[in-house]
Amino acid sequence: MEGIAIRLRDLRKSFGETTAVAGVDLEIRDGEFFSMLGPSGSGKTTVLRMIAGFESPTGGTIELAGQDVTGLAPFERDVHTVFQDYALFPHMTVEQNVAYGLKVRGVPKSERLARARQALAEVRLEGYGARRPAQLSGGQRQRVALARALVGRPRLLLLDEPLGALDLKLREQMQVELKALQREVGITFVFVTHDQEEALTMSDRIAVFDQGRIQQVGTPAEVYERPATPFVASFVGTSNLLAGEAAERIVGTTGTYSIRPEKIRVLKDSEGAGEPDHESAAGTVAEVVYLGDSTRFLVDLDAGGRLTALQQNLETSAEDVAAYRGSRVRLRWHRRHTVHVPDPR
Amino acid sequence: MSLLNRTAGALYRRPRLRLSLLLTAPLLWLAVLYLGSLSVLFVSAFWTTDSFTSEVVKVWSTDNFHELFTVPVYRQVVLRSIGVALAVTVLCAVIAFPLAFYTARVARPKWRPLLVVAILTPLWASYLVKVYAWRLILSQGGLADWMLKPFGLSGPGFGLPAAVLTLTYLWLPYMVLPIHTALEQLPANLLDASADLGARAGRTFRSVVLPMVLPSVAAGSIFTFSLSLGDYITVQIVGGKTQLIGNLVYSNIELNLPMAAALGTVPVVVIVVYLLAMRRTGALSSL
Ligand SMILES: Nc1ncnc2c1ncn2[C@@H]1O[C@H](COP(=O)(O)OP(=O)(O)OP(=O)(O)O)[C@@H](O)[C@H]1O
Ligand SMILES: [Mg+2]
Repeated sequence: MEGIAIRLRDLRKSFGETTAVAGVDLEIRDGEFFSMLGPSGSGKTTVLRMIAGFESPTGGTIELAGQDVTGLAPFERDVHTVFQDYALFPHMTVEQNVAYGLKVRGVPKSERLARARQALAEVRLEGYGARRPAQLSGGQRQRVALARALVGRPRLLLLDEPLGALDLKLREQMQVELKALQREVGITFVFVTHDQEEALTMSDRIAVFDQGRIQQVGTPAEVYERPATPFVASFVGTSNLLAGEAAERIVGTTGTYSIRPEKIRVLKDSEGAGEPDHESAAGTVAEVVYLGDSTRFLVDLDAGGRLTALQQNLETSAEDVAAYRGSRVRLRWHRRHTVHVPDPR
Repeated sequence: MSLLNRTAGALYRRPRLRLSLLLTAPLLWLAVLYLGSLSVLFVSAFWTTDSFTSEVVKVWSTDNFHELFTVPVYRQVVLRSIGVALAVTVLCAVIAFPLAFYTARVARPKWRPLLVVAILTPLWASYLVKVYAWRLILSQGGLADWMLKPFGLSGPGFGLPAAVLTLTYLWLPYMVLPIHTALEQLPANLLDASADLGARAGRTFRSVVLPMVLPSVAAGSIFTFSLSLGDYITVQIVGGKTQLIGNLVYSNIELNLPMAAALGTVPVVVIVVYLLAMRRTGALSSL
């Protein structure tokens, strides 16, 4: 049996004139790694804060494990939060920070110290217990915040862009660690991010937010391969849309279509047309961007519009690539990669 | 222009030179005027006076300090002065905390600066005016008596309690301000984090708010404590017959300057001890 960890029904929140969350319906399953992805200001943090209880909704209900908690205070909910800026208590040591939740709940001293040490070991911070938060690096602080939220074994962990402040290396390392930790402890994670790659690599499912609404909920593959709205198509992955007249000429019907850049092959103008089950379009290379392991081609189509194609640099080098600029090419992709994107409404 | 640039460059490359140029004037001022006068005070405390002519006799002796520690009146006055300073400090802290909590976290944000200004306004009025105002309030049949009359009570009259009360009023803003600042700067997400981990309001107050604001209370107490310890005018005006160290210094200056100096070193020593104690709380870094 798979239970429902969170159920949001028509959740709304306004701050005076601004509407931060405009009606969100969502179900998150037990043990899921669920990500909320969306641009800045799309209402992700506000939804998270309402689930935690820091903000009371203007409308709608919140259920945690089948119980309506809409009117309950944060300390009455079995939810812990990892804050974007960690929110560690500066006057306490690392160990006291981690043990705080247990202390509040009256866990005896020896037990809570033992559990705090164990939680610090889980995030690989043994031996740091006596330090103050100010004496730690950003990544270490982030792990203390994680340990503090995990030590009480909540049913649900909310993480608000916890990796936002880290450099790329540490960030990738923490992504792997977080995912492993979640599998190990089996807690439901709700993970807020505006980094689509992070959401795609870590999540079981993703909700894509825009302007206080959910645009699409699905597995990373669903969201990436079959975007439900033009917004999702452009926000997740590189924006590559065919619309209007160009769509009619190339695909044959009107509407909006999304083609992922890595599905498109760049060929010489003379070859490649008329392959069965394939679509193709001629154009001029407007720009080439050498990315090291691959090259990005921006092609202005004769039919109108512009497509981006991504090619692995199997044999080409930076110099070869530069020669493409301004040349005539033909783009070709398999018909099944032309994904119809329904217009909103 | 290039000379200026070269000078600037040279100063930039030699931080020590830059520092010494920056600090020379203030350090000279501090050394000559402040530490100089303090050491004169300290040295003259070891002189004596000719009891017949009241002339200062520059002969080294520890008689003054011996007297200070053995004559009961002196001991009483010293202890009373420290007691007054401590009482004023505690009263200020107890009154200032809720006041600052209101101005920093309860009141609407747009009213906060106005409330702070309102708390600071008394500092712009003359010290004497305020003390004489309190003399009027506390005098027989004055405002205090009149207000307490319906309850069958009367005001404290002039004396030690009146001095403590007036000093508390005078130095209260010095306590409110640092606490207000600390409370205002307290990050809201720390309070959220505490509630998130299961703490109710009382718990959050005790475990998060209070410890984080305590250094500022200590910082404010440095003002209230040292200002109270050095005061001798308030106690003259509303204190009745009460004597504090300042009064003894004042009355000894004409007759027995070395004794006045010896008395004067007492608050200096007490305040140094107090500062050292407060340094442990981290108060000095939050001044
Ligand atoms: N306390 C508040 N008062 C007024 N407006 C607010 C408040 N909190 C959020 N908002 C507004 O609500 C909208 C959504 O904000 P929210 O913080 O949820 O965005 P977000 O998706 O988390 O963005 P980011 O990725 O930048 O963190 C924004 O337009 C923001 O300005
Ligand atoms: Mg946010």
